Amino acid sequence: MKRVQFANPLMPYMLLLPQLVIVAVFFLWPAAEAVRASFYLEDPFGFGATFVGFDNFTDALSSSDYGRTARFTLGFTAVTAFFSLAIALLLAVKADSVIRGASSYRTLLMWVYAIAPPVAGLIGVMLFDQHIGPLSEMARFLGWDMQIGVNYYDTAFAMVVISVWKQVPINFIFFLSGLQSVPKSVQEAAAIDCRSGTRRFWTVTFPLLAPTGFFLLIINITYALFDTFGIIDLVLKGEPGNNPVTLVYKVFLDGFRGNDLGGSSAQSVILMILVFVLTVVQFRMIERRVHYN
Amino acid sequence: MSYRTTAARIVAFAALATTSTASFAATEVSWWHAMGGRLGEVVNEISANYNASQDVCQLTPVYKGTYEETLTAGIAAFRAGEQPNIIQVFDAGAATIIGAKGAVTPAEDLLKDAGADFDINDYIAGVRYFYADTNGKMIGMPFNSSTPILYYNEEALNKAGVQPPKTWEEFEAIAPKLKEAGYIPLTQSHLPWIFTENFMSRHDLPFATNANGYEGAEGTEILVNNDAIKAHFSKVKEWLDQDLFAWYGTGWADNQKPFQEGEAAMWLGSSGSFGGLMKATEFDFSATYLPYWASVHETGTNTFIGGAALFAMSGKPKAENDCVANFYSYLTSPEVQYFWHKETGYVPITNAAYELAQQDGHYERFPAAEIGIQQLTLPGGENTKGYRMGFYVQIRDVMNREYGKIFSGEASVEEAFDTIEEESNKLLGRFAKTSG
Repeated sequence: MKRVQFANPLMPYMLLLPQLVIVAVFFLWPAAEAVRASFYLEDPFGFGATFVGFDNFTDALSSSDYGRTARFTLGFTAVTAFFSLAIALLLAVKADSVIRGASSYRTLLMWVYAIAPPVAGLIGVMLFDQHIGPLSEMARFLGWDMQIGVNYYDTAFAMVVISVWKQVPINFIFFLSGLQSVPKSVQEAAAIDCRSGTRRFWTVTFPLLAPTGFFLLIINITYALFDTFGIIDLVLKGEPGNNPVTLVYKVFLDGFRGNDLGGSSAQSVILMILVFVLTVVQFRMIERRVHYN
Repeated sequence: MSYRTTAARIVAFAALATTSTASFAATEVSWWHAMGGRLGEVVNEISANYNASQDVCQLTPVYKGTYEETLTAGIAAFRAGEQPNIIQVFDAGAATIIGAKGAVTPAEDLLKDAGADFDINDYIAGVRYFYADTNGKMIGMPFNSSTPILYYNEEALNKAGVQPPKTWEEFEAIAPKLKEAGYIPLTQSHLPWIFTENFMSRHDLPFATNANGYEGAEGTEILVNNDAIKAHFSKVKEWLDQDLFAWYGTGWADNQKPFQEGEAAMWLGSSGSFGGLMKATEFDFSATYLPYWASVHETGTNTFIGGAALFAMSGKPKAENDCVANFYSYLTSPEVQYFWHKETGYVPITNAAYELAQQDGHYERFPAAEIGIQQLTLPGGENTKGYRMGFYVQIRDVMNREYGKIFSGEASVEEAFDTIEEESNKLLGRFAKTSG
């Protein structure tokens, strides 16, 4: 194979420059600033600051509330990612096997994707409202005294349902296209060997979907960790009280609501480390088991 | 279009723009506030009236969201050198903005520099020193000043054949009758404000060391973990379990709604909610003082002022500061204060405005409108002037979380207050270090 060479050795760097500048200005610089701020306790207006070493980190990690938030975030991410993927996969498999009116089904299932996240969150919040929400009323009718904003677990339940509902269509689109790219010849060969549709799915189709699944797993974990921020904010109506929050939301609460810049920066540095570890684990451990061809 | 014509047009446009600003000589002053809904409309009306009343200054009010969002936006703008002239900061943020030495020009200095009259004794007693510094100098100009009061549905109380309670002991006696009459006896909208801060002032109990925090952030510790308030919360939890009290979480509106819809007989809310309630309710309601425990204090003392104040941000030219001072004088004039009071229910902040409202017969028409200001001018004690604690927004969040745990049964009253004390003192210690 012939190696492509640039005539001018500086050319590739010039081509990369715009991207590198964006990364530096919008990611590296703020990240460095956060690391610096995490070692100080600073007056929010910027008049004074005290260097406190690792105090912000020990204060955050030793507080019982931080542990509770971390545990909730872990559970919330696992449950949200799992149900978003599982429901989307089920719907994709079913939609894939529909023959009559397939496109209408598919369009309807993708519909939620077109709704902007804040609007989706708002619709969800209205459905779960403790005074007028039809879903809360239905729960009460079934004997579940659901009170979003009062009961920790009820609020968590609403957050998971709204987040999953918002994420299913995206996963559905990817799974459906993944299913459609499974070669017909392979499916037919499998059909000769095995009668059970379920078994054929788990032994032939599912492994062939693995690259799509792996990609979606990462996307969904990121979604649950970070992008559910808006939904959580809407469910809490700006007042956390005794309700579950994710780690990202806590960074916002302490930094932007409480004006505790040092404490909030320390928490975001912890999150940065967490994301770094997660990325390494995902690509090192899981990707090895995924077969792309 | 050739380069030359484009350039010519740009020059012409620039010239036009300059002349139009030049002919518009008024000094522009910006005001960031957190008054949404009906309150925002009244703010816009006051600003428009002010602009029409003179032609030297042009005031532009900008709605910035909740109190917390407004303060955060103001801080970000200040750090970027783009701060507004006036920012509205709420009670819980007072320590942050007053603690940042150099962020604001004190209201008192501003008025005196502009040659305007200023006498702190013109302001009603409850308002006077809440936004003042250690030496009693007024830093923030009190704006929307409110205090928690007890609203009651007259129909509900008549149906149950009871009188509005003055004390919590009386509440305990009448609550079962209201429940029998088919009502939720009581709801409230802000546990840290009504059942904590004002619980302290209503009973003249110290809320923090260093004279409730006014003597400086260094070494200030919260005194929330006391027997009186723990007994109160034990009672509230009992009432909740017996359906004599209902709680719908931390959201203000969620707790106001049952009263507004006639399900709850009584609601503890802000005196500033009066205007909104008048519009939203179809039944006759009235109001009375925030109840107190006769077993803790014989008569009950005045409550703290709540709401927010206006702060003039520093780093602005003299002409603009003079405009701010001029607007402050306009805003505190009896007529404007009375208008604000009448439209919103927030208390008038000067004695002159209060007298004007009395003379005009406002309180004969709406007796409930006077409750807030009367409660603020009740005889006070050593601990009823106000409080000043840093990172107080987070302290309130800790309280809300722990109170939620008490009501859901996750924590005992004892455990919850231990946690509040411990976490609040940690936050106060951290705040003391922020000034460097």
